[in-house]
Amino acid sequence: MSEFEPKIVAFVCNWCTYAGADLTGTSRIKYASNVKIVRFPCTGRIDFMLLLKSFAEGADGIIVSGCHPNDCHYTSGNFHARRRWVIFRGLLNFMGIDVKRIQFSWVSAAEGAKWADIVNTSVATIRELGPYTEYRKAADYIAQQEMSVVDGQSFQTKETSSL
Amino acid sequence: MDKLRQKAAELLQSGEVQMIIGYEEGTKRPRPCFVSTAEEAAKIIFDDRCTGNLAVYLTHKELIGGQKTAITASYFALRSILRLLTENQLQLDKLVVLTVSNKKELIQFATTDDIAAYLKTAPVPAREDDTVLIAKLNAMNREERWAFWTDELSKCFKCYACRAACPMCYCTKCIVEENRPQWIQPWASTLANMEWHINRAMHMTGRCADCGACGSACPLGLPIHLLSHQIVTEVNDNFGLDVNQAVSGDNALSTYKPEDKEGFIV
Repeated sequence: MSEFEPKIVAFVCNWCTYAGADLTGTSRIKYASNVKIVRFPCTGRIDFMLLLKSFAEGADGIIVSGCHPNDCHYTSGNFHARRRWVIFRGLLNFMGIDVKRIQFSWVSAAEGAKWADIVNTSVATIRELGPYTEYRKAADYIAQQEMSVVDGQSFQTKETSSL
Repeated sequence: MDKLRQKAAELLQSGEVQMIIGYEEGTKRPRPCFVSTAEEAAKIIFDDRCTGNLAVYLTHKELIGGQKTAITASYFALRSILRLLTENQLQLDKLVVLTVSNKKELIQFATTDDIAAYLKTAPVPAREDDTVLIAKLNAMNREERWAFWTDELSKCFKCYACRAACPMCYCTKCIVEENRPQWIQPWASTLANMEWHINRAMHMTGRCADCGACGSACPLGLPIHLLSHQIVTEVNDNFGLDVNQAVSGDNALSTYKPEDKEGFIV
């Protein structure tokens, strides 16, 4: 497990968190390099399917971040996003998807240090939780079930090393 | 029931409506029927076994056309009708909404406020099986819930009966038919099935009447209606909108309050 490097996708808004992450860099604050930042016009644009697709495509953790409430460039995008996250997170939790792997945060353009902190904390959390193979395994769940019937024994979980 | 049949016959005889959507006796349980003559009105039934949500037919243009239609609505169908009116999918002047209360009174609703008032006072039909299953799921830990849902949803073969049975699924182009980009694989596989059901539930946020028609329609009997039920619960707990308020027009996701509370955003 020691060599496991978490893959984290961060969905951030252009106006606050992306600028905040920029500030982290220009302030020469060192932080974990496990995160891949995807820039969006607004948190309101971040479709929940993007989160599901990231998990399916190999992400072990996700960060979703945008402007603090009342600071949205488009006035209310983050308020709408917040409502959607509340519902989405509740549903995922009900279905047994690991919501500890999704970190929601507000990071303004002035909070370079907070961004570094959020990334570092997320990386530490995910490192502890390990790779999210559980979710990706659902992709070939039926094949696994069939094999266990054919072999007459329980299916041995094999790590998908390519992920 | 006699009063209902009489009313139905009158409505058709006088030409006030051209069609009545109701229930008739089926082989095992009541089934929907579409009555267009006064003579046929005698086969209409309405009792506690009539649980399906007939409101689903109201948005079928090929069925309704421009006709004025009457519907015998169950408790949940009334919720759906309210929501469809809110979403401008129905015209109240082209619709006669009838129900039989639990005191066996025939009620004809004149305005949306009447429907909303009736929903507040009438008892919500109980669904005991669901209560038991929800309690079981709530007692599980996360891994057990994941195992439960992957196992259940791995059986889904995407017949979309859940979509067809839902009065709120009236989009002419559904996300599963969308292929640029293709969000959800069209063939049945566990992950894609889950994505479909998550999408279906999310699109129901604040709109779902919690009627359970999607679950009843499932040929495999998968408890998929619990997903939208969970969302109804979330909307109530987090935004203080109970399901009757939500269907009456207090949108859950297209509105917001600056003071909305959550406990997970840092």
